[in-house]
Amino acid sequence: MIKIKELSDVNLFTSGHTACPGCGVALSIRNAIRVLGKDTAVYVPASCAVVFGTTFPYGAWKVPFFHTAFENTGACLTGMQAAFEKKGKKVTVVGFAGDGGTYDIGLQSMSGAAERNEDVIYICLDNEAYMNTGIQRSGGTPFGAWTTTTPVGSKIQGNQRFKKNLGDIVVAHEVPYYATLSIGHPLDFIRKVEKAKNMKGFRFLHMFTPCIPGWKMDPSKTVEVTKRAVESGMWTLYEVENGEKKVTYKPGKMRSVKDYLNMQGRFRHMSEEDVNKLQMWVCKKWNLHYREKGAPDVCEIAPHDERHAITEEHREMHGP
Amino acid sequence: MKKVITGDHAVAIGAKLCRVDVVPAFPITPQTLIIEHIADFVNNGELDTKFLTMESEHSVMSAAAGASAAGARVFTATSSQGLAFMHEMLYAIAPLRLPVVMANASRTLGGPPGIWCEYNDSMGARDSGWLQLYVEDNQEALDMIIQSFRIAEDKRVLLPVMPCLDGFVLTHTVEPVDIPSQEDVDSLLAPYEPDIVLDPERPAMIGTFMPAEYIMELRRQTVGAFECAKDVIREVNTEFAQKFGRDYGGLVDTYRMDDAKIALITMGTVTSTSREVVDELRQKGEKVGIIKLRFFRPFPCEDLKKLASNLDALGVFDRSISYHGGGPVYNEVRSALFGMTIPVINHLAGLGGRDVTEEQIFKMFELTSRAAKGEKVKEVNWHNTRGETV
Repeated sequence: MIKIKELSDVNLFTSGHTACPGCGVALSIRNAIRVLGKDTAVYVPASCAVVFGTTFPYGAWKVPFFHTAFENTGACLTGMQAAFEKKGKKVTVVGFAGDGGTYDIGLQSMSGAAERNEDVIYICLDNEAYMNTGIQRSGGTPFGAWTTTTPVGSKIQGNQRFKKNLGDIVVAHEVPYYATLSIGHPLDFIRKVEKAKNMKGFRFLHMFTPCIPGWKMDPSKTVEVTKRAVESGMWTLYEVENGEKKVTYKPGKMRSVKDYLNMQGRFRHMSEEDVNKLQMWVCKKWNLHYREKGAPDVCEIAPHDERHAITEEHREMHGP
Repeated sequence: MKKVITGDHAVAIGAKLCRVDVVPAFPITPQTLIIEHIADFVNNGELDTKFLTMESEHSVMSAAAGASAAGARVFTATSSQGLAFMHEMLYAIAPLRLPVVMANASRTLGGPPGIWCEYNDSMGARDSGWLQLYVEDNQEALDMIIQSFRIAEDKRVLLPVMPCLDGFVLTHTVEPVDIPSQEDVDSLLAPYEPDIVLDPERPAMIGTFMPAEYIMELRRQTVGAFECAKDVIREVNTEFAQKFGRDYGGLVDTYRMDDAKIALITMGTVTSTSREVVDELRQKGEKVGIIKLRFFRPFPCEDLKKLASNLDALGVFDRSISYHGGGPVYNEVRSALFGMTIPVINHLAGLGGRDVTEEQIFKMFELTSRAAKGEKVKEVNWHNTRGETV
């Protein structure tokens, strides 16, 4: 396995791109491509990554880059891979699609490529909404979150549905590899990208990528927020290799979902009832992933009086 | 070697002779036979190609884009709703200058749903940046697949090409077709060697985000490529004729036009029926002829102007409608002949796959002749249509 200090310092996704400071997508791309190496060809569908990385006449990519539309990552990767194979070239074909481009509009194309077991790596950069168009709800948006299409109104507040379980959908295609990743856990991140690189067939890397303006958070807290997501169970780190599921990182103790929500303005309107609802959803997920055989269910719901308390952190983020 | 085959089979053989690298495929009537034949070629070891069974037409054209950008010669086929479904990708491919060839089996684009021949599917894609041509018979269908790759991959052009063949009338009807030898096709069509491809050895970014400061030049360049395509089409036609003895005339073909005073512009299989009508009218001493419009994109303005300069009146056959009035061919012809004073009469027939009979074509010539004599004739005529008189 590659060690961090052995990773190439050659940036194949260079500085000078125009992503927001603290962008989880840019961090994930840069680190993934460092592991994937130069013999890689990339497809990126319509997303921030096309705008901030390829606005003509500038370009941040040092590997072949291709883009055409929004909903076709799986299909474009299929065509690229077929051409390389026909020409006898050994190239790692990689797609970097967002959650909208994967959970929603690109689901069919992704499913087709997964079902055909195309020899490609599909990376989903999940920032939990359509961020490039200005923060609209997607199938990957968590319960309660504010977006411009799930506004905080007097009647309805925030997203009313829970995040779609994309992992199970991908795994149901019986693909060789599915893994969840977070840039807050770099060793786990590098190991999974490297593992995917060395495997054959359809490999899916699901990356959790905070969005500073979309999540209304402090740009210096990108890594911190992914750690909180994992500690609370909002994001779980695991992999499914040829049908075998393995948790790759288990947090010591379950942290209240509030500790995660508090770091982000998109959840600040949430009622006690809604926070509890989300906490119950997280608990279910937590127990599904982490509970050992015979052990009791774990679920922590913070005591009532803490719920509306303004913490130091909250004050720091949003003012008094 | 002559074989009696369907139009779809002829197209599939054409693609095979072009040694296509990648064929993404999705079934749709009446194109399906094409991809079935190609699947047979691949599974019988007759053709070394990556045959991709995609999950939709949108994905077909996306895979075609990816494969072409990575340097492969790509062929596919579609029809009607399938063409509409991949509409977005048609627009994506052309400005990237990816020379994909896709046969379109012309079929009415619903609603209402139907499966027979109409040109409203491909006409909707006329400004997507694809070269577009219409064939008359199964021989031309096969020959034009070969010519399409030559035209598409010419460095002066580098644009996708869409040969259209009439649904069922050609796709599912057998005719004797002379099948060229592989050696002859190889000598006409060299392997595809693009200058810019997705290659880690010399990385390129294809399909970057384009601000307003650059996009007009890109559009202008694409128009320039369409202009170049006119010469290339004529050159390839000549070279093909020398090698195979079949001369299709280039952008347009003509029939008995030498001293003609009245002409009808036709497309596709209606041309064959019109030839019979012209022969009969000629026997009666009428100076009539046919201009067979082969390429709709690029549109042969110069050829039409030249041909129309000796005419007293011109009829234009259309197999689809533009809802502001006449058909799309009529509007293009009128625009091309702007400034000329001869009457130009539109004849709508065969929409939805309705048969276009000799009787209707006689009527088209009759109306056009009456207009030539100064009689009042409607500009747009709906032939064989309930509630309409012509």
